[in-house]
Amino acid sequence: MTMSTTGDRVEFTERKALTKTRKKMPPELSILLVLLGISVFFEVLGWMLVGQSFLANMSRLQIIILQVSVIGIIAVGVTQVIITGGIDLSSGSVVAMSAMIAATFAQNSEWPKLIHPGLTDLPFIVPLLVGVGIGALAGFINGWLITKTKIPPFIATLGMMVSARGIARWYTDGSPVSGFTEGFAMLGNGLDRWMPVVIFLAVAAFFHVVMRYTRFGKFTYAIGANPQAARVSGINIDAHLIKVYTIAGLLAGLAAMVAIARIKTAQAGMGMMYELDAIAAAVIGGVSLSGGRGRITGTVIGALILGVMLSGFTFLRIDAYYQDIIKGGIIVVAVVVDQHRQNKRKKS
Amino acid sequence: MNSASAELMSVTDAIPVKKAFNSEYVLEVRDVRKEFPGVVALDNVSLRIRPGTVHALMGENGAGKSTLMKIIAGIYQPDRGEVRLRGEKVWLPTPLAAQEAGIAMIHQELLLMNPMTVAENIWIRREPKNRFGLVDHVAMNRMTQELFDRLNIDLDPESEISELSVANRQMVEIAKAVSFNSDVLIMDEPTSAITEKEVEHLFQIIRDLRARGIGIVYITHKMNELFEIADEFSVFRDGQYIATCASSDVTRDDIIRMMVGRDITQMFPKEEVELGDVVLSVKNLTRDGVFRDVSFDVRAGEILGFAGLVGSGRSDVAEALFGVKPADSGTINVFGQDVKITNPHQAIKLGMAFLTEDRKETGCFLPLDIQENIQAAVLHDQYVDGAGFVAENVLEDRSIEICQRLRVKTPNMHERIENLSGGNQQKVLIGRWLLTNPKILILDEPTRGIDVGAKAEIHSLITQLAHEGVAVIMISSEMPEVLGMSDRVLVMHEGHVTGIVDRSEADQVTIMDLAAR
Ligand SMILES: Nc1ncnc2c1ncn2[C@@H]1O[C@H](COP(=O)(O)OP(=O)(O)OP(=O)(O)O)[C@@H](O)[C@H]1O
Ligand SMILES: [Mg+2]
Repeated sequence: MTMSTTGDRVEFTERKALTKTRKKMPPELSILLVLLGISVFFEVLGWMLVGQSFLANMSRLQIIILQVSVIGIIAVGVTQVIITGGIDLSSGSVVAMSAMIAATFAQNSEWPKLIHPGLTDLPFIVPLLVGVGIGALAGFINGWLITKTKIPPFIATLGMMVSARGIARWYTDGSPVSGFTEGFAMLGNGLDRWMPVVIFLAVAAFFHVVMRYTRFGKFTYAIGANPQAARVSGINIDAHLIKVYTIAGLLAGLAAMVAIARIKTAQAGMGMMYELDAIAAAVIGGVSLSGGRGRITGTVIGALILGVMLSGFTFLRIDAYYQDIIKGGIIVVAVVVDQHRQNKRKKS
Repeated sequence: MNSASAELMSVTDAIPVKKAFNSEYVLEVRDVRKEFPGVVALDNVSLRIRPGTVHALMGENGAGKSTLMKIIAGIYQPDRGEVRLRGEKVWLPTPLAAQEAGIAMIHQELLLMNPMTVAENIWIRREPKNRFGLVDHVAMNRMTQELFDRLNIDLDPESEISELSVANRQMVEIAKAVSFNSDVLIMDEPTSAITEKEVEHLFQIIRDLRARGIGIVYITHKMNELFEIADEFSVFRDGQYIATCASSDVTRDDIIRMMVGRDITQMFPKEEVELGDVVLSVKNLTRDGVFRDVSFDVRAGEILGFAGLVGSGRSDVAEALFGVKPADSGTINVFGQDVKITNPHQAIKLGMAFLTEDRKETGCFLPLDIQENIQAAVLHDQYVDGAGFVAENVLEDRSIEICQRLRVKTPNMHERIENLSGGNQQKVLIGRWLLTNPKILILDEPTRGIDVGAKAEIHSLITQLAHEGVAVIMISSEMPEVLGMSDRVLVMHEGHVTGIVDRSEADQVTIMDLAAR
């Protein structure tokens, strides 16, 4: 056997010193491009088919972002759940349950006063706390079930989805609740009607900071990335998961308050499929269903993409059935693209 | 070539002698280049493997060994260059194509499917079918048993992978690779998780396969294995091919110099340290069916080695100490106080740190970056302010210090750990625990998969920690490491402590004797 190369080529360079670097370009940029692309798509079709602009229409933009706000608030919580490697199917029903119960504390006393003159309106904070609290309680129960009984999140939250919807119906025997105090209605219409957007952006910004810069966020990512390694690193997984599910429930409760304040009525059937829209917003925004990956900013853009699509279809007068069919397709495409991106990143 | 495998005659019967072909080499790689975003993993690399030889690949962590092997096994496609098999150019777009062409690979990271049985893992996609076209589990278990009998492996085909120790999983991977009856068998650090006894077992299998005319590519960082098993070796550095030599032509020091570019004078920089008080005292620790009546003390500044065969319960004791899987009975006394440790958080609070044995299962956060991996165990204390904000700027400095000291090959701290080579991942995990400033440091196979240069660095680090009064428990299957670094060696056999030997009396024979008792 031979020496096929001599030692001549053996020369040595000291390894480059490691330096501090900014984190890489945020992956949201590509999703942002998709959002722009879709908007331009509707703009062009708008001129071609309807003869008017899609974007240059302030009231349409306002409607889009108002519609996005409720789903967006929920999606901020759902995103955190998904990053831990879990799922929350109960958000839509929790919205209905919180809405129905809180609404009865938000009613104004105009009519009842005729019979009970002593009645007064409750300040808006009471129904708000009730709604948010009920949402948080539902989330806590989800988290408790998942960590203490070790049933999969899918099953635990599926149970909550069915039960919470039942409670929403049972609470008023199915009849809607309306006639809210002015203070409460401000949650949906205040600040010149932008209140839902303000709340949504505040929630998103707050949790963006939490997820990026605090220990709480780091724990969430670590648990989703590898629960066993997280445990060995000293993270109390059960306690943390309960917190994350509680936050998700709490945000569903908050979303419910914003929603009923805006549409001025609460119904047991409301919030149907919101959980799926919230999950879709997260997934379109690049949150990985296998856990450990994703960002709030991505989810916000994902929610906007859903909103623009919905509004665009209505603008083009596409039939609602087709809208759902197309929406389902787009969600699947988003996941496929995401998988593909991840594989590519791994392979080369 | 070698006839040392007479006792494995049955293997000889079962595996047909390979047919001759029209080339001196069974496998040839020519001018291969592979780039990842920001890294040239391989640059103009060539490699030639003769049939019936064991060809070792040597190189520092991140040199490109695994990448080259993954190209041969159809997992990556080269940007440039070609792979030739039995003299003919082949195109291997998928691992399946490579398998069918006659190339089998044992990966550096275990790739078994945990909830499935041993037999199901080995025969996946090749399951025997019954006449209804369904999987014939009886036949599959029988085939597995036959394979194990041939290879002298003592495992139940029907046990679930998740029940097996890392070492036994490694044996399953080896059996699986052999079962393909391929012309080329690639082994990427097959011995990093197994003890001398299994290594000897593996070498018998390898010698036998070699006698069958199979070309074997063997990657290891254990120098002593090299001269025992390899006929030829090739050295790589930073993605470049350096040289190919016959192992009879060179010395161990020559190879190290080719790999790392400097001499490593002292492999085990052990220093005598003034021992302090007993900081950890364990009495009659028992976990039913796993280990029984384990008792020992460790002093500040002491390095207590844990030796024993695979499955002797060394890692289980460590897991019990750290609260990963708490013991059923017995006492643990830390700094003079009896403590109950039921989860790792409590252990960390007591000043303990635990580098686990399986970096993929219980170590790495694969989707996260290097810094996030390093800082995972210190998010409870000084690096977090009252409002919960993490001092990432400071932690980035700390991470850089650690990565520089341990020679982690990476462009920066925000690379995903998934993209690091195996040895570099291991260094990052060691860094995670160094950052916690532990008083009691438990290391389970600390230098698993780490190259010679960095190994010496880690050993000197451990020595330095001992100097500073840290009590170290070091589980290692590498006998030179245990003997070279430990003040005392605790030997386990089937869940029992069979002896605690002082440094002055510890040698290979005594320890092997106690381990096999
Ligand atoms: N998927 C990937 N993406 C980006 N970089 C990668 C990827 N895989 C490997 N690398 C880089 O390529 C280089 C070679 O890695 P490789 O795993 O081949 O090293 P190795 O020689 O096997 O090291 P070790 O001895 O530690 O196993 C390393 O710098 C590594 O960071
Ligand atoms: Mg490797």
